[in-house]
Amino acid sequence: MSASDLVMYEEEFNKIDNELQKLYMQTNAKVVFLVDKNGQLIASAGETHDLDTTSLASLTAGNIAATGGIARLLGEQEFTILFHEGEKDNIHISLIGTRVILVVIFDKRSSLGLVRLRVKKASETLVKMFDEISSKSEKEKSEGKLDESPFAEISDEDIDNLFR
Amino acid sequence: MSFINYSSREINCKIVYYGPGLCGKTTNLQYIFRRTNPEQKGKLISLATETERTLFFDFLPLALGDIKGFRVRFHLYTVPGQVFYAASRKLILKGVDGVVFVADSQVERMDANMESLDDLEINLAEQGYDLSKLPFTIQFNKRDLPNVAPLENMNRLLNPGNIACFEAVAVLGTGVFETLKNIAKQVLTELKKHY
Repeated sequence: MSASDLVMYEEEFNKIDNELQKLYMQTNAKVVFLVDKNGQLIASAGETHDLDTTSLASLTAGNIAATGGIARLLGEQEFTILFHEGEKDNIHISLIGTRVILVVIFDKRSSLGLVRLRVKKASETLVKMFDEISSKSEKEKSEGKLDESPFAEISDEDIDNLFR
Repeated sequence: MSFINYSSREINCKIVYYGPGLCGKTTNLQYIFRRTNPEQKGKLISLATETERTLFFDFLPLALGDIKGFRVRFHLYTVPGQVFYAASRKLILKGVDGVVFVADSQVERMDANMESLDDLEINLAEQGYDLSKLPFTIQFNKRDLPNVAPLENMNRLLNPGNIACFEAVAVLGTGVFETLKNIAKQVLTELKKHY
């Protein structure tokens, strides 16, 4: 597996979660969530109970990937913001750094202007956080701390048990 | 690229089903979807055309169970098999942890199989992956049809590295879970090596 595996520890996760909660409050949004570019949900805030966040995450990532493909055909590096407007709900999708996608779903209680402004602020903070996460896991990897991880002891039996 | 979350104690891995058009990639996912407990699976999402040809991808999230207190989740994707969807296929391989190549066993589809396998290697290389180093399983599908190529021929053409391969009839479910189990095992073994 490549060095780009994402490993998230409790401490960093809480920081990110706090930032999302803050953004959720400030934007008056319905839902705010973070997705890895490969389609895996990282964290979410807001009214997520009746939302299929797993599917949303994968489709958002697909959307960003397709838009990125279009961008490259046009000689752009990437389109960093996507906005879809619906009858009731709108969705604002933006790229954070190079590997994370921030999604804000909002209705008429908020506005595109407000969302854009707050997302921009939050992005700066989140970019720093993700930089810290990757440098931390790089460091731990090089120091061999990850040897103590639970995965070193996965046995064939554990794997077989998954399929019982 | 797997995603390990110590906070929610989850491991997420991405498996992509690859192969030529109409080889049965979506059928594999549909069978897995039908035969898993509701609490283990999410929705099966298909971005398909009106004639049920995959346009962008199919997606099925599966939670298999726990290992060492971590919930193991697999995200299964298929690619659109038709040749002219090359650009979309590349995108889906991004961040892949394991690949299943579904080959169509019918004699007349051998060229399509070989073309698709080449395409897979090229697309993976573009993302910096080497197929020989990635968890990889081959499934010879549609073994129930009358005009299938003998296994030796298929192995010679598509599996020179002699890796794990499974005979399947995906519509009936034969070989589907065997294939999934094999690739899942390889992905987790790889994870174990690195962490």
